[in-house]
Amino acid sequence: MNALVEAPAVRTTCPYCGVGCGVSATPDGNGGAAIAGDTEHPANFGRLCSKGSALGETLALESRLLHPMMLTAKGAYARVSWDDALDAVAQGFSRIASEHGPDATAFYLSGQLLTEDYYVANKLMKGFLGTANVDTNSRLCMASSVAGHRRAFGSDTVPGNYEDLDQADLIVLTGSNAAWCHPVLFQRMLKNRAERGAKIVVIDPRRTASAEEADLFLPVAPGMDSVIFAALLVAIVERGATDPTYISQYTSGFDEALASARLLAPDVETAARKSGLEPAALREFIDLWIATDKTVTSWSQGVNQSAQGTDKVEAIVNCHLATGRIGRPGMGPFSLTGQPNAMGGREVGGLANMLAAHMGFEPAEVDRVRRFWNAQRMATREGLKAVAMFDAIAARDIRALWVMATNPAVSLPRADHVRDAMRGLDLFVVSEVMRSNDTMNCGAQILLPAAAWGEKDGTVTNSERRISRQRAFLQAPGEVRPDWWIVGEVAKRLGFGAAFSFNSPAEIFAEHAQLSAFENDGGRDFDIGGLDRGNTAYRDMAPVQWPARENGAPAKRLFAKGGFFTPDKRARFHTLEEPALKETACAEFPLLLNTGRVRDQWHTMTRTGLSPRLGAHLPEPFATLHPDDAELAGLVDGGFVQVTSRHGRAVLRARVSDGQRKGEVFAPIHWSAETSSDGRIGALVQPATDRYSGQPELKATAVAIAPVSFARHGFALMRGEADLGEDVWFARVAVPGGQGRLLATDVSLEDCVTRARQLFAGCELAEFRDDAGGLYRVAAFANGRLAGAFFVSPSSEACGWDAVKALFAADEITASERKLVLSGRDASGLADSGPTICACFGVSLAAIRDCLASGKAASAEEIGVALKAGTNCGSCVPELRKIASAHQKALALA
Amino acid sequence: MAAARLVDELTSKALGRYSIAVIGAEPRRAYNRVLLSSLLAGEVEEKDIELKPAAWWRKRGVTTIYGRKVARIDRDESCVALDDGSTVDYDRLVLATGSDPIRLPLPGADLPGVLTFRDLADIERIRGAMKIGARAVVIGGGLLGLEAAYGLAKAGVQTSVVHLMDRLMERQLDAEAGAMLGDAMNARGIGVYLNAQTKAITGAGKVEAVELGDGTIIPADLVIMSVGIRPQADLARAAGLTVNRGIVVDDAMTTSDPRIHALGECAEHRGIAYGLVEPAYEQARVLAGSLAGVSALYEGSITATNLKVYGIAVFSAGDFSGGETTQSIVLRDPGMKTYRKLVLSHDGGVTRLVGCVLYGDTQDGLWYFDLIKRGAPVDAFRDVLAFGRMLTDQKAA
Repeated sequence: MNALVEAPAVRTTCPYCGVGCGVSATPDGNGGAAIAGDTEHPANFGRLCSKGSALGETLALESRLLHPMMLTAKGAYARVSWDDALDAVAQGFSRIASEHGPDATAFYLSGQLLTEDYYVANKLMKGFLGTANVDTNSRLCMASSVAGHRRAFGSDTVPGNYEDLDQADLIVLTGSNAAWCHPVLFQRMLKNRAERGAKIVVIDPRRTASAEEADLFLPVAPGMDSVIFAALLVAIVERGATDPTYISQYTSGFDEALASARLLAPDVETAARKSGLEPAALREFIDLWIATDKTVTSWSQGVNQSAQGTDKVEAIVNCHLATGRIGRPGMGPFSLTGQPNAMGGREVGGLANMLAAHMGFEPAEVDRVRRFWNAQRMATREGLKAVAMFDAIAARDIRALWVMATNPAVSLPRADHVRDAMRGLDLFVVSEVMRSNDTMNCGAQILLPAAAWGEKDGTVTNSERRISRQRAFLQAPGEVRPDWWIVGEVAKRLGFGAAFSFNSPAEIFAEHAQLSAFENDGGRDFDIGGLDRGNTAYRDMAPVQWPARENGAPAKRLFAKGGFFTPDKRARFHTLEEPALKETACAEFPLLLNTGRVRDQWHTMTRTGLSPRLGAHLPEPFATLHPDDAELAGLVDGGFVQVTSRHGRAVLRARVSDGQRKGEVFAPIHWSAETSSDGRIGALVQPATDRYSGQPELKATAVAIAPVSFARHGFALMRGEADLGEDVWFARVAVPGGQGRLLATDVSLEDCVTRARQLFAGCELAEFRDDAGGLYRVAAFANGRLAGAFFVSPSSEACGWDAVKALFAADEITASERKLVLSGRDASGLADSGPTICACFGVSLAAIRDCLASGKAASAEEIGVALKAGTNCGSCVPELRKIASAHQKALALA
Repeated sequence: MAAARLVDELTSKALGRYSIAVIGAEPRRAYNRVLLSSLLAGEVEEKDIELKPAAWWRKRGVTTIYGRKVARIDRDESCVALDDGSTVDYDRLVLATGSDPIRLPLPGADLPGVLTFRDLADIERIRGAMKIGARAVVIGGGLLGLEAAYGLAKAGVQTSVVHLMDRLMERQLDAEAGAMLGDAMNARGIGVYLNAQTKAITGAGKVEAVELGDGTIIPADLVIMSVGIRPQADLARAAGLTVNRGIVVDDAMTTSDPRIHALGECAEHRGIAYGLVEPAYEQARVLAGSLAGVSALYEGSITATNLKVYGIAVFSAGDFSGGETTQSIVLRDPGMKTYRKLVLSHDGGVTRLVGCVLYGDTQDGLWYFDLIKRGAPVDAFRDVLAFGRMLTDQKAA
């Protein structure tokens, strides 16, 4: 390789959330790449969040699955050829489908797949294996929005676009912590506020980072969002703020919807009581909403992940339809998608209740797709949605499962049940980029190495209907292959070669585009016939919004003048049910568990968990508790809490915060059995689903809490994997040079000594031991480097994690550093720099406090000037503000 | 050495108050015995180990009488008689007669080539017995024995150490540090025999071997007995002063005769006859004070060992063995050949350092020693105590 020739930057798309930011990746020639925001991409104009910025740290091959593997009779994986692996998959599916019928087979897909991968998988199942048992982790994410859109608009259409967030005068975020989960969009909202004076309202049971930034925060009682929007609809009517022309010309069902809203929210006081709000706050919100024409109401998982998620979407859409605030600049209902290609998956029909290209299972639709595909065995009815699919697996109605690019053993509700169900499969195939995850560990028999981000080529669709290219910029390592190729090869082996003769993603995209335009007279929203322009155009395709019909410009917005995709072209108002959570607190389980994300992690951490930067903000699985609940349970901030539901238990670090509603516990979803001993939250979550969308209610499970104490706390740093023993609580954290485990245990000090010595057998060991003080520390050295460390102490406070981590990262350790390593302090005596607040620039809490103490900065903005913290993605700005204001308060008291 | 220090202290406190005479049996001015092993090793020359030059003594008006032994003390006449028949009168007499090496009454102990390691004359004898390819056995793995072995090995003699106890330097080191020292000596080619009782020294007309209790025969051309010292109290005993193991002194360093004092290795204070230089110096300071008319009391020394053996720094102080009532903090890095043990007492909610052993890195030894002597509470910095003064100071700051 000629080092002088700089590899060109490749324009691609971030693989994390649904914002779909453009990324410019410049390969370094050694398997890595420099990552920057694509300044021309209309989603982000060059900005990236902490997760996107750290993509370069997730490209290493150490943990990748690089070759096809099959489980041997002895229970170990053995490398096999692609031919053997593909034959085994094809024969397995063929045998089980012929013995037990096609519905005994299923695919469980992912919003992480590219549209082309999704298309091929969906086509194989629904057109050739003859079952619609194709569901996806989008079921956990967006299904209620899909159902809400389809019921209201006749199609799964997001009416607006991101520019609306720049142009709105009021942005309502309900059930969305965009500051952490869609940081780049949130920065656009803040910019709008700063430059144009837009107001931001946040409706959320938790005072999230987004809520901290809001002009008005409504701490809604869980599940009661629709009451707020029912009250809003009632007020809109009472104040004559409706758009009668829009209602009469473009909609139907208004009177029934209004009547049901009046039942839910006869007056503001009643609505406030039901939704747990102060009447004045609710009134302020209603006044603001009604008074502001350019209003965008955005939502995310807080609305969707609910047994009444579809109703919540309808409640929001009702208000926008009633005021005609839809499809025009700066206004509209706006679902913020969770995943990078949840939209693309929806477009190809990757949900069990969709067929293809936004068509469902009406006989005419099935027939149309059959003719287009020249399909041999069409699925003619909806398949099983995720939760039901895994129940069918448990019941052995489904016997063959192929999981692609997702980790249901962690993410589905009642995850222990899911884990057990998968262990009973006759055929269990996993396509993955990683060598190991909780799902594969449930006895997957065939492991297929899939190409990862940076190695594959295709398209994704973001929250604003914008199709962007993901482009490869790295060589595919080992024997990895794109998912579309893998599925296509299985299809060929099943005898469907003619329908799966794709040679490239471009060919697949062309077929997908043709299907979207096939017999589409404008009656179907999803039409990208205009994008079928050949290989070169596909290669160079710029980000583009659909619909993009053959003879028409791409649509920036829809529905300003009706034109809905119902048979009568009218949107539907919907009546709302009295909201009720499927599980409520009871004597045995007196609290409600809410789940969600943290700022710097994605899903089950299989990729973000590889980045040391991203692991430094919130390194442990935790539960946030209201101070009163904590006190009642005898829990303290920083202690451990056992959270138990009817379905499972977890042991988490307790964080006590008055930003948490009383009676509720929040815990993040990210930790798996690979990254934690007791942190799988999915295991606790109850499986009730929304009746329209099938989306599970992931944010309200009745739980009990109890304090847990451990005799010893500490950490281990290791170059590779290691088993510390079943009796050790741990959280795995990526650190530069290896991995860390934060741990807590009751094992004796003597046992700690024995295990640590075993852990580092073969290394030179230095030890520190204070039996009476309960301290044991060991540092292992090899080749002039710190090869590992193990520290335990009775104190739950950090003891040297940061100082030792820094030495662990270094290529060599000096004699003076070695002398101090077991002190857990660096030469300046500093033991711990605290969590990383700004992941983009790696700025620690200690550095920020120093900066404040030195007087160099007094506000979040000044911290930004002094330390750069918060000046890239901005998602830490709310935290910076909190830290700065706490410092000012402390100064005032002093 | 004790005498030289006493003169130093006394003349700086009260120059001219006394007319001082120093009498020494060895035919030379006082020298630093601690450096004898270095002298043997050839690392220093004889002139380098002299404590004070002639001019120094002269400047302080001290009469020095060297190479003549005191035959007896005549308390009635207040004078001492020298072996040449002359006498020296005194108002105050200070005994700093030191100690003698113990010679084990072993079969063959009187063979030519069986030597001790105590003074310059011993060094000359050892040098006389060394020849190319010579093999030496040092009986006794205490501090002095190891110093002798060090000097011999450095001088090119193939050396072994035979020690009765289970570890070397058991009075200064705990088991782990002793074992590390044994390993270090082995690494330098010195054979170490532990738990080894010497049964006999054998040879026809001269030393040929050392035979151990278990039958092991170690060939030897030279045997150094270094099994301990005995306070030299013959003069005092003969003069009728109270003598136990050493010459008994009170807290003013005064013997049973109020005009006679004793200090250093010959003295026994509160039942302890110290064999180290540091207590002797402390005693010298107290005695000089009281001679100068300043009331001062010696209340015993908390002893510290602070030295280099084989280039390895070792330090120990206080109760470094510990027991059931104490706690200990251990820091070891065998790869760096360092080890630390701190022994703590914990009474009434207060933790104090009561002893320590440092091996390899003794930088913080004197700081620990100070903490031990002051009985300072260490609770506030217990977690960083083992890492020395730097981190503790930072923690305090």
